[in-house]
Amino acid sequence: MNDFLTLMKPELVLTGIIFLLLFIKIGKGISNEHLLLLLQVLLLLNFLAGFFYNKPGSLFDGMYLTTGLIVLQKNILNLAVYLISLLFANWFKRLQHMPEFFMLMLCALLGMFFLISSGNLLMFFLSLELATIPVAAMANFDLDKKRSSEGAMKMILSSAFSSGIMLFGISLIYGATGTINFTEIPLQLHGSTLEVLAFIFFFAAFAFKLSIVPFHLWTADVYEGSPMAATSFLSVVSKGAVAFIFLSVLYKVFLPLQVLWYNLLVIVSVATMVIGNLFALRQQNIKRFLAFSSIAQVGFILVGISGSSMQGTSSVVFFILVYVFSNLAAFAVADAIATKTDAEEIDDYRGMNKTNPFLSWVLALALFSLAGIPPTAGFFGKLFLLTAGASKGSYLFIIIAALNMIISLYYYLRVIRAVFMEKNENPIEKITIEPSTKLALIFCSAGIVLIGLLSWIYDYIQSLV
Amino acid sequence: MQPGLYHILFISTALFFIGVYGFFTRRNLVTMLMSVELILNSVNLNFIAFNKYLWFDKMDGLFFTIFIIAIAAAEAAVAIAIIINLYRSHNSIDVEQTEELRY
Repeated sequence: MNDFLTLMKPELVLTGIIFLLLFIKIGKGISNEHLLLLLQVLLLLNFLAGFFYNKPGSLFDGMYLTTGLIVLQKNILNLAVYLISLLFANWFKRLQHMPEFFMLMLCALLGMFFLISSGNLLMFFLSLELATIPVAAMANFDLDKKRSSEGAMKMILSSAFSSGIMLFGISLIYGATGTINFTEIPLQLHGSTLEVLAFIFFFAAFAFKLSIVPFHLWTADVYEGSPMAATSFLSVVSKGAVAFIFLSVLYKVFLPLQVLWYNLLVIVSVATMVIGNLFALRQQNIKRFLAFSSIAQVGFILVGISGSSMQGTSSVVFFILVYVFSNLAAFAVADAIATKTDAEEIDDYRGMNKTNPFLSWVLALALFSLAGIPPTAGFFGKLFLLTAGASKGSYLFIIIAALNMIISLYYYLRVIRAVFMEKNENPIEKITIEPSTKLALIFCSAGIVLIGLLSWIYDYIQSLV
Repeated sequence: MQPGLYHILFISTALFFIGVYGFFTRRNLVTMLMSVELILNSVNLNFIAFNKYLWFDKMDGLFFTIFIIAIAAAEAAVAIAIIINLYRSHNSIDVEQTEELRY
């Protein structure tokens, strides 16, 4: 019993918050502002609670696993959700159904926690669905906007289809190996044709969730249609969680098929980087632009995953940590502008630094970090990813990845150029942002600058792997 | 003749590809959802068949099937809610009509 409480602490705390929200919803109304403040405090406590009383272990006959690394991954996701509750405060306050939105978001987060901890294909499938279905409902939260319901429709249908494909793969794995346990599957895998087919079906589902190239088509539409808070949750938290479990599935469960998945990863990561970059070049809408840039970023994550297990894991976890700060900051600035002025085109941002110097600088810093320019943490993130990828010795692959980094510089700098250098008769008016949002933006900027410079963070991640 | 594993696998694979074909060719959202259900049912058949013919000492496959049925219901509920909302704003559940978002 004691074991149960300590090992499942992150999930239990989160479940407690979800139940509390449910009771608040049933009870007499409480104003949005007070509720948001309460939630911010609770999420902060939830984040801080992740650092105490942790120990590795497993529960339910190996269905639920936890290690130091998994606790760290959960803390990163907790931090991201806490930052979302601060960064989009403006939007949340005007939201009619705020408790429901947070309930859905926290349910999805709970699903991701179980997903990261899963040690069994059944647990994996259930938690993946718990992590996906609420996000589709979140994408539909702008009920009166046509785009929002369209985006949600595309999201739910493609996720249902991808989970169908994944289940077909799982059923073949079960047929070939006779077990659904993560520790027993690698012992039974011998590389037969059936297993290869099963793995490819399984991989396709991951490709859908991570928006890897042949399966990336839903991404831009869903990102553009959904409300910005849902978009940022989808692009940062959801992607991070799936990337974490992808690591352990590839390195532990499918280790006997390593040659196969390495070759597959090389092909899809080159395709993802190239297509993500090429489509990002021609986007005018800032949300679509960020969507395609996030597809390209996933390509870089795959470069890291293709490396050896130790370096791959630590570099991907580090990159996701950096990605949380930089992507959330970029989305928050875009949201602050979009809610006040409805400006979503990059051309509207011209000359913004005259009227909104703070937002402009945060946006510039975030985009520099996403592009991977040296003093920022994004550079170190990409450096570690490419180093991990290079450890397998295929340098052509790394050269292609590095060339893609240069292409991506063009479109990130295009936005920065529009903000700082181009002249505009009537730039965006002065925007006043909430104090909590401002604090979170400063925190994000500090994170972008400092994470790369404080080398103990990477060392700490490496010590956990 | 007693049906063997291959017969059942043939049916389930055919069902899977009928589902995939339907998902890509149908333009009505509810029919697309039905195609996904076909895929899920083919998976259920697979699990039951493997459990009965190959790995009958453990019940993993059966449990998996029960959970898939439950999750499919949950997924369909959310999907239909979204489709109803889409119908309210677009007055149609044809995918061709949903063209606000384009490349």
